[in-house]
Amino acid sequence: MSILLDEHTRVIVQGITGREGSYHTTRMLEAGTKVVAGVTPGKGGQSACGLPVFDTVAEAKAATDANASCIFVPPAGAADAIMEAASAGIKLIVCITEFIPVLDTARAMLVVREHGATLIGPNCPGLCTPGQGKIGIMPYQIFTPGPVGFISRSGTLTYEVVALLTEAGIGQSTCIGIGGDPIIGSTFVDHLKLFEQDPQTQAVVLCGEIGGSDEEDAAEFIKTMKKPVVAFISGRTAPPGKRMGHAGAIISGNTGTAQGKVAALQAAGVPVAETIFDIPDLVKAALARRV
Amino acid sequence: MKIHEYQAKEILARYGIPIQPGRVAYTPEEAEAIARDLGGPVVIKAQVYVGGRGKAGGIQFGNTPEEARAAAARVLGMNIKGLTVQKVLVVSKLEIQEEYYLGIVLDRKTQAPVVMVSTAGGVDIEEVAATTPEKIIKQPIDLRWGLRPFEARNILARAGFPSAVIARGGSILTALARAFIESDANLAEINPLVLTRDGQVQAADAKIVLDDNALYRHRDYAAWEEPEEANPLEFEAHKEGLTYVKLNGNVGIIGNGAGLVMTTLDMVAACGGKPANFLDIGGGARAEVMAKALTFVARDPDVKGILVNIFGGITRGEEVARGVIMAQQQLPAGLPIVVRLSGTGAEEGRAMLKDAGLDWGKDMRDAAQKIVAAIQAKEKGQQA
Repeated sequence: MSILLDEHTRVIVQGITGREGSYHTTRMLEAGTKVVAGVTPGKGGQSACGLPVFDTVAEAKAATDANASCIFVPPAGAADAIMEAASAGIKLIVCITEFIPVLDTARAMLVVREHGATLIGPNCPGLCTPGQGKIGIMPYQIFTPGPVGFISRSGTLTYEVVALLTEAGIGQSTCIGIGGDPIIGSTFVDHLKLFEQDPQTQAVVLCGEIGGSDEEDAAEFIKTMKKPVVAFISGRTAPPGKRMGHAGAIISGNTGTAQGKVAALQAAGVPVAETIFDIPDLVKAALARRV
Repeated sequence: MKIHEYQAKEILARYGIPIQPGRVAYTPEEAEAIARDLGGPVVIKAQVYVGGRGKAGGIQFGNTPEEARAAAARVLGMNIKGLTVQKVLVVSKLEIQEEYYLGIVLDRKTQAPVVMVSTAGGVDIEEVAATTPEKIIKQPIDLRWGLRPFEARNILARAGFPSAVIARGGSILTALARAFIESDANLAEINPLVLTRDGQVQAADAKIVLDDNALYRHRDYAAWEEPEEANPLEFEAHKEGLTYVKLNGNVGIIGNGAGLVMTTLDMVAACGGKPANFLDIGGGARAEVMAKALTFVARDPDVKGILVNIFGGITRGEEVARGVIMAQQQLPAGLPIVVRLSGTGAEEGRAMLKDAGLDWGKDMRDAAQKIVAAIQAKEKGQQA
């Protein structure tokens, strides 16, 4: 088992004919993901990466019975692409695009909620269920199947930590990058709920960063969880008021500091790694306690 | 993107929000001429990208054009929190009876703009929020229809605004919400909104922060971008398309992906070093971008060594190595550089670095320790 992405997931790629879209569609297919079609307005009837291309998500869904979408559409059209997917009845939407105007994302979220869809991102690397496939841009070769769920706001930090876990012989159930924007479709808490219900997942690693209060919310929820969670927070040396690369990674006044997040997680009984190199041992200890 | 008060007021005026007449002056003579045009007492307000101008002496008064000139001469060139005042806004002085606060801020939790109002205006709203939160009324805006006039009036009534201000204040708040949404703002504040002795309601001060990601559809506002004197390197980095933040240490840091770069800063600090900057080259960067990033970081005179930390996915190790080697001739001789490569193309990249005689770390911690040690060794050598 896993969360969100399993053998029943049938993916379309919005923006499949673009440079990023076609490159990553090929990688997704290599990883074993059931990518069934692409969508690029104006290119319906063509093919890309060996897959049929449709003008609209509604047509692609009708023809292929897709239930997930991966979006590589440029920023000006990405929020519209999210709304198109949600309106067409796609239930899992993964938006890779960075630099979307934040009010566009906020408007798209109204439509996502109205249709009961799940949005991952924007500005995220997607998700990966080792052994089943991936949706997005994560480098598939670093993953290995196993009992640990993984949620992070960042892409390359995910790869770094997953590589450490894999090296230490700790496999993963599903790994999700939720995105670095101030407004994102799904939060740590949304995915912690799914991992808590997933039979394969025995422990969860949460990698947070400065900005907002998602980690504090996660800490509150973890108090109600049976499964152990191990955390890491980046940005301990970040100065207040500066955007650290991610649009959402900013300390505003006293909110969003790494110290505040570490304290909230520790108060919820979560071991917080000092450096990423401490994560595998903390996970091993958590798994041992569980058995 | 931050903008100045006079620019924020220009946006407000487009939405029909009443503001005092006035113009921007770059010299005391211009300030005098504007004061003469306006007639009557004026206020001279420093236009800098920081709060707390009043306390720092950046807001002064002039009853006559001559006094306005003298006041402008005092304010222009003044240093406020590290910024030199280069322009002042000259406006007619208001006879203030009451001061209120109107603000709209993007709220991450409700995923919507949230209106905040208070009858405790003219002061730092964060202070009001911390000490007397009951004095602030908050309400999210539904983006499907924006803030409707009756909602705006309700919010003001709940906050205890007097009847004399409800109608006009409600129109102003509705207009502020339209300005926020249509300009793609992250923050829009009128502080204070004033009720004057002669019964007018006006925006006496305004602050707007715009969404960088939406500037492509607001070219007129994008043209307002100007270098921040405190951070010339950050401005230039932005022009060059680099995601760069200046910090106060001496270890230059370059990596790919915001989370990884932040973690690298933390790792360098944990190894006893002090990061000089944050630089994210993003995903899939070519050798040319890597070379540009290195030469850019080395321009900071505080930088005594550089750590490059790349986890290859779409970014390829050989490209990174090629970029580092390309940049080498342009970097100051003897500047320590440690490169850590992992993932796609790491083997090939490491071989190239070895051939070029460059130092590399086996993982992030090893690389951080190496660069910190190299800088310390060099500093000791210089002292000896």
